[in-house]
Amino acid sequence: MKDYGWKIILAAALLAITSLAGAVEPIRIGSFLSVTGPASFLGDPELRTLQMVVKDINAKGGVKGRPLELIHYDTGGNAREALSFVKRLIQNDKVDLIIGGTTSGDSLAVIPEVEKAGIPFISLAGAVDIIEPVKKWVFKVAHTDRMAAAKIFEDLRKRGLTKVALITGDGGFDKSGREQLLKLAPEYGITFVADESYGNKDTDMTPQLTKIRSSDAEAIINFGFGQAPAIVTKNMKQLGINLPLYQSHGVASQTFIDLAGAAAEGVRLPAAALVVAEQLPSSDLQKPVLLAYKKQYEAQYGPVSTFGGHAYDGLMIAVAAMERAGDADKAKVRTEIEKTQGFIGTAGVFNMNPTDHMGLNLDAFKMVEVRNGAWKIVE
Amino acid sequence: MPEQLFQFLVTGITVGSLYALVGLGFAIIYNASDVVNFAQGEFVMLGAMTAIALLSAGLPLPLAAIVATLLTVLVGLLLERFAIEPTVGAPVVTTIIITIGAAIFLRGIALLLWGKDFHPMPAFSGDRPIHLGGATLLPQSLWVMGVTLLLVVLVRLFFNRTLLGKALLACSFNRAAAQLVGINVRVMLRLAYGLSAGLGALAGILIAPITFSSYEAGIMLGLKGFSAAIVGGIGNPMGAVAGGLLLGVLEALGAGFISSGYKDAIAFLFVLMVLFFEPTGLFGHKVADRV
Repeated sequence: MKDYGWKIILAAALLAITSLAGAVEPIRIGSFLSVTGPASFLGDPELRTLQMVVKDINAKGGVKGRPLELIHYDTGGNAREALSFVKRLIQNDKVDLIIGGTTSGDSLAVIPEVEKAGIPFISLAGAVDIIEPVKKWVFKVAHTDRMAAAKIFEDLRKRGLTKVALITGDGGFDKSGREQLLKLAPEYGITFVADESYGNKDTDMTPQLTKIRSSDAEAIINFGFGQAPAIVTKNMKQLGINLPLYQSHGVASQTFIDLAGAAAEGVRLPAAALVVAEQLPSSDLQKPVLLAYKKQYEAQYGPVSTFGGHAYDGLMIAVAAMERAGDADKAKVRTEIEKTQGFIGTAGVFNMNPTDHMGLNLDAFKMVEVRNGAWKIVE
Repeated sequence: MPEQLFQFLVTGITVGSLYALVGLGFAIIYNASDVVNFAQGEFVMLGAMTAIALLSAGLPLPLAAIVATLLTVLVGLLLERFAIEPTVGAPVVTTIIITIGAAIFLRGIALLLWGKDFHPMPAFSGDRPIHLGGATLLPQSLWVMGVTLLLVVLVRLFFNRTLLGKALLACSFNRAAAQLVGINVRVMLRLAYGLSAGLGALAGILIAPITFSSYEAGIMLGLKGFSAAIVGGIGNPMGAVAGGLLLGVLEALGAGFISSGYKDAIAFLFVLMVLFFEPTGLFGHKVADRV
């Protein structure tokens, strides 16, 4: 009988602890990324960034006193997997918000589901179709392929080049980029004199480039990612083609320069400012954000990529919206994300509104060129 | 036009040489055991990745290439000893499925060791293209073609002139009879895996400076090499070499003259046509099964 006293106290204490824990229910952030598969070099830094930033925010006391909990699934770049994982995030894991969709295919596949469920979704993929036409619950933070196309055409116009040969891969990113290039070309007075393609796992593009060599092209645009653009770059030099070569933002990393070696010299591409953070003037608004992210990421994982930067932007925009909304209520957070103004991220300065769920303009891209094995800003 | 054609041929023969070496590996193992070894592409990848790792560790190129090849041969032997040999007597399909599993396993190991990135490898003798009558080719292409030719001649001599090679061939014609005349079939099987792994590794090391390498590089090459072996008549080593060259040239011509988008379709359509009209391959033995 005399033992009962402390048992009751213990039980009461336990109850108090559990109910206390219940009071600070974490905010659940759902995520689905292509950490493995062909787009792994995008998904991998994205996941690392999310984990890093979540840990960081929790160490500083969370959002409105609530810690963040990251629930992540790896899609392997398979759009069907992406859809089933998003269903699981919404129905089983009951997440408050979703950040993810490394590839455009993954992102586009889940849009009907998030629209139906009414949950804010911040996509990290490039295709302009994700936010055009505007969907109520869908936002994106990565530059679109249309912006890349426009930036390349602007640079071509400055150099007075109009006849261009196009060579693209067979992936979703490549095809979407090709479409935007073809659609936008007339506005800039550009004509395509060749339109070649290759398989993204191909090992030799000299037949396609031989055809381009015999056309009257003044410049070549290669839209793709992975190792194929590096092979195109090397094959071009091998064939003795000395035309200006433009690549897409898909290869804006040191890896491309390492792979293509000396052949990469003079290659131009539109890239996010993260690639050239140190070269920005100190008056640049983005510079402190870029350097801070870069320092933090590189201390833990090695060289940064712009793709990890997108994950940073997405999560920070969501966190800022939750801070403004006061809690993680889906509808309130959605409205607040839409009101994002002057948010300085790694991809640029975001100014969203009900008709623009991305909020970046062309200034977010810098035209860079490979000089002595490093990216340099072209002015 | 003629110089374009020449360029396409140069490209086709370079890529085709690679398919030929991979196809040769398929043919040798098929000969010895009736098994299609789907880990053949992974041997190519392992050879290239190991060589790249050794190079970056500071080994000179010839040494790195030799050590990488020997290590891959060792992997081939281990694969045979621990995954294939225990299943002797099991249906061929079982063994084929095991090789698919082995391929996934090897890919996983490579992923853990070297990550997901593509890795470059310096060319053996520089990147300065050689001009040949309007076409250009890389010194590395000459390496690929030359070493392939050498290896094919060596493999041919091995099968036709040495007792060991003939014993291996005997296993392919009739395993029971080979065993009865005193050939150790198990040792032959090990030899076949070691040889295939070595050829694969060399192919990988030769091509890595042109195409880079990653843990996944073996998948597509394995598929193309398999197609080469099929076109040539699976089980005929020289057929596989011819099949590989044919496939490479067809791909290059298809990409150059018809449409680059249909390059692979043209190559695979050709494989289908061959299987349709010559089910045993262009150079395969005519098989007559006794009913």
